Amino acid sequence: MLHAIEEWLKKAALEVQEYVRLVGAAFRGIVTPPIYGHDIIEQFDALGWGSLTVVLLTGLFTGAALASQTGLTLDQFGARPVVGRLVSTSMVIELGPVLTALMLTGRIGSGIAAELGSMVVTDQINALRALGTDPVRKLVVPRMLAGIFMAPVLTIVSDFVGIFGGWVVARFQLQVASSLYWSSVTDVLFVQDIEQGLIKPFVLGFLIVTIACHVGLRTSGGTQGVGRATTVAVVGGSVAVIAADFFVTQILVWTIY
Amino acid sequence: MATAREVLGKPGAPAVVFDHVRLAFDEKVVLDDLSFTLIKGHTKIILGASGSGKSTVLKIIVGLLRSDAGVVWVNGERVDQMTERQLMSVRADLGMIFQEGALFDSLTVRENVGYKYFEETDMPIEQVDRRVEEVLGFIGLSEHIYKMPSELSGGQRRRVAIARAMAFKPGILLYDEATTGLDPITATTVDDEIIKLRDLEGVTSIVVTHQLRDAFYIATHMAVRDGSGAVRVVPATPEKADEAEFIMLKDGFICFEGNAEELRRSSDPYLKAFLS
Repeated sequence: MLHAIEEWLKKAALEVQEYVRLVGAAFRGIVTPPIYGHDIIEQFDALGWGSLTVVLLTGLFTGAALASQTGLTLDQFGARPVVGRLVSTSMVIELGPVLTALMLTGRIGSGIAAELGSMVVTDQINALRALGTDPVRKLVVPRMLAGIFMAPVLTIVSDFVGIFGGWVVARFQLQVASSLYWSSVTDVLFVQDIEQGLIKPFVLGFLIVTIACHVGLRTSGGTQGVGRATTVAVVGGSVAVIAADFFVTQILVWTIY
Repeated sequence: MATAREVLGKPGAPAVVFDHVRLAFDEKVVLDDLSFTLIKGHTKIILGASGSGKSTVLKIIVGLLRSDAGVVWVNGERVDQMTERQLMSVRADLGMIFQEGALFDSLTVRENVGYKYFEETDMPIEQVDRRVEEVLGFIGLSEHIYKMPSELSGGQRRRVAIARAMAFKPGILLYDEATTGLDPITATTVDDEIIKLRDLEGVTSIVVTHQLRDAFYIATHMAVRDGSGAVRVVPATPEKADEAEFIMLKDGFICFEGNAEELRRSSDPYLKAFLS
């Protein structure tokens, strides 16, 4: 039993060490040549534009469901007109960043792990190295930059669409006047809330992509291994998103409020 | 006095040297005290059963794996202690053909073959395209230039992999089971490419295989240009055949080293069993 725990701890420590090495190499790849510009543009497009539909739908329905649920509760206190406040703060501070990140984990994290994993098991990564290309610079750096910078953009889109979804429910189901809804949306939204909602996605986007790249590049065991890597990337990424959200929230509450 | 570069550029200079190389993965010893020298322009054919460490030798030469002990020289540079960044300059003169081709799925044949020029140099696109067409013409796949790897047959994929490796004119080509899984006729076309590159382009080759038919074919044939400029693959002269040397690996050791004729005549029971 003790031996099994020791083995598990060693394996976990090795994974963390390799992850930190990968992240270090990726950051070095950002500031030193060669930089593969067209790959960076390609990844911004794939991660940003490619994820827009899923983010729009998630944001819209989350905002709508939030308004619908909270409307009923607020009714008990005769506070139905302030439903906009609840929707906007929830979306901007918490639900926008976290749900967008979770959607990206499912869509992008799994895709990256599967793509890099397939490249590993078919020797394409070794072929890249043999041809004089550093796989970290060519494959990880563009994805990491896209994750860091597109997650906040998608989160902003999700926030707006969520608030819009809330308005649809508030206006047509809860019968709250539009002017009342939109004024309450901005009533309690402070600069610190917006800052919090914008800082989180940078961290979450970075985590999703780097975890997926790490898992993908360490794939072994043929096609079965690729399947395993995909699952690990999604599960690991999702847990990391939720955990990082908690810790980042604690830090931000401590520092900016 | 001649400089190291001048000495290494002369015929008979060593291109690859393994000096008491050892590699183990945990408890399993893959290569044990392996030593050999490959002369520029010559061919080394590494035979052995699956898991005997054949592919590992190639990966150590390219720097994809690092040996635990011993010294590895490639073109006069010691590669066993180099960093990934330092290895890039050594890899400039090395081309490797992987077992299944390892073509990039998302790129066309043109982009695969010209990969190194497109990604790692500032060469104008027109010039890269000319080189890609030239190389594809050499291996007879010009009409497939805009196809994706998934649209090619197994033999065509291996030949495109050879084209990709030779596109930037490396001095040393490493073939890792280049004909495994191919039918005999297709395998012969791949063998012919290996022979042509060696004899017409002066490429130093290491061929890893467990396909005896292909190994002997490569060792005992040579490519010549006839009066009209056409290339023919014909039986090798004795001098040419001597330039192809066999190494037989068994459990990480070299259990035989010599030419095709010596291998055929060997009375070693393991070799006899392997050749039968």
